Amino acid sequence: MSATAADAIRTEDIVKRFGAVTALAGVTMHLAKGEVLGLIGDNGAGKSTLVKILCGFLQPTEGRIYLDGREVRLRSVTHARSLGIETVYQDLALIPELTVYQNMFLNRELTGRPLPLLNHREMKLRAEACLREMGVRIPSVNTEVAKLSGGQRQSIAIARSVYSQAKVLLLDEPLAAMGAKEGALILGLIRNLKAKGDVSMIVIAHNYAQVLEVCDRVNLLEHGTVALDKPARETSVEELTELVVREYRAAAQGGHR
Amino acid sequence: MARSIVTSERPRGWSGIGRTVLAPFLRFRESSVAVVVVLLGFYFWTANNAFFTSDNIATISQLTAPTAIIAYGETMLLICGEIDLSVGQVFALAPFIMDFVNQAGVPLPASVVLALIASIAVGFLNGLFTVFLRVPSFVATLGMLFLLNGVTLTISHGFPVHTPGGAFFTAVMGQAGFAEIVWALGLLGVMHLVLAHTRFGLHTIATGGNLVGASEAGVRVGAVKMANFMLTSLFGGFAGILEAVRIRSTDPLAGGTEAMFAAVVGAVIGGTALAGGSGTIIGAMLGTLLVSVLKDGFTLLGVSAFTFDMILGVAILVAMVLNVRLSTLRRGGQV
Ligand SMILES: Nc1ncnc2c1ncn2[C@@H]1O[C@H](COP(=O)(O)OP(=O)(O)O)[C@@H](O)[C@H]1O
Ligand SMILES: [Mg+2]
Repeated sequence: MSATAADAIRTEDIVKRFGAVTALAGVTMHLAKGEVLGLIGDNGAGKSTLVKILCGFLQPTEGRIYLDGREVRLRSVTHARSLGIETVYQDLALIPELTVYQNMFLNRELTGRPLPLLNHREMKLRAEACLREMGVRIPSVNTEVAKLSGGQRQSIAIARSVYSQAKVLLLDEPLAAMGAKEGALILGLIRNLKAKGDVSMIVIAHNYAQVLEVCDRVNLLEHGTVALDKPARETSVEELTELVVREYRAAAQGGHR
Repeated sequence: MARSIVTSERPRGWSGIGRTVLAPFLRFRESSVAVVVVLLGFYFWTANNAFFTSDNIATISQLTAPTAIIAYGETMLLICGEIDLSVGQVFALAPFIMDFVNQAGVPLPASVVLALIASIAVGFLNGLFTVFLRVPSFVATLGMLFLLNGVTLTISHGFPVHTPGGAFFTAVMGQAGFAEIVWALGLLGVMHLVLAHTRFGLHTIATGGNLVGASEAGVRVGAVKMANFMLTSLFGGFAGILEAVRIRSTDPLAGGTEAMFAAVVGAVIGGTALAGGSGTIIGAMLGTLLVSVLKDGFTLLGVSAFTFDMILGVAILVAMVLNVRLSTLRRGGQV
């Protein structure tokens, strides 16, 4: 699959250094419109860093990013959001002390006029409608996030991103630390979004069976570069496992690098 | 409508007698502080009739008002995860700036504004050190505390001066019987609105609740902290001016750490978590009021200041235990 102007996102030679650490060493990848791309790789491979660059949270040291074929510099999370890129971070970025609806509207609060006071009522109504549509079950939108289970929090984080009608959704380990039942719930959410077809997604996950289940294509990140780019139906759990594990084996045999 | 998303999943609770006893306290933190205030008031009244006279009510209001105003700012700062130890020195410095500017020929109202701008500048510096130079606010504002104390003592030569002002100015800015508490209540309304009903308030809670998360969501956490440092200093300076006008004397030793700690204590008793993320302005006012009522009542009963300190210490500890319990309960799911 080659990159085209119609790609939702395309990157060229993205490099990111944190002082002496090179987290990304030239990442060239693309995400087609309506596609779900699985991003896999060992811990420390640079997956989260790539996501944080694509959502404007981090600035790349080098390299270019294209949205719909046009080069952009994503100045901030707010800027990237305004261009339709939404993120569910690995750490979820929810505020435990705030309620569900306050979290869903964090930094895009609805305010009234003439005084810029929060429109709590409208935010609650819209949050309820959004969660109901997505089939997310929580006690109430007035519940503090601290009281929710891991799966519920993950659902809120995803709902928050979907709410704004994102064109691109970046999901960093949405299935991590999730029980079978909760994981299935999140996978269901992703599948529903995919069926609607108006959002492109990058999903980071470690469970390759789940990745192959929801993704159209898989990219393997290794030492900050894309080491493999294959359609999901042309690869298998065994192949992906083998690719990630072979490194360990090489290291164990003393032949690594 | 809300029912359609109600789940049968019940969050796990915190069981035992402790919960039964504490839960109402925790759920209605402010009202429980208010109940304690009323009970104390009633006790002191029965013990000494002088407690419920208009003179004594005025005294309590004057004890409460300046500290409460400082506590509003301190509460905002604590909620966003920072603290300002220097606010008591801004309290002392601001009226001196007002005096000096006034003596240089600037009309008094404009002098007040300039003194408040200078106060905001102190908060700006506190914020700069904390947010941009990454000095923990505890240390940055401790440095500022000594710096400002030295400045105030130097420019005043260590002596109090008579606070300028005509009859009207003096009355409005603190001397009329209940002028200070009217200011404090007005600011209470404004700050409650700001914290509970504006984006800035929500972002303040978000910043203290989850700093990384808030910034990942695009909240400008540095700006939020800067603004709250400036707000705290502004309120400190304003309270200092009110007090200087009320007692007709501008004293280099006014306020200080005592005023700062009183404000922090008021905030904490009112339910503000020192770790950030939660607290209310109304709680800060009620917490401050509680301490003032205690102090005033003990004075009337002739209880020694030593005893007062012991009681205050216990009150702070109880409040902190309640705060910690509150957050544990929150994480645990109940209340
Ligand atoms: N803010 C940071 N400062 C310094 N090093 C970082 C930072 N973020 C990530 N890294 C480093 O970059 C590398 C890639 O991290 P990350 O993108 O989180 O990996 P992954 O998500 O694939 O597990 C790791 O070596 C990590 O330690
Ligand atoms: Mg990661």
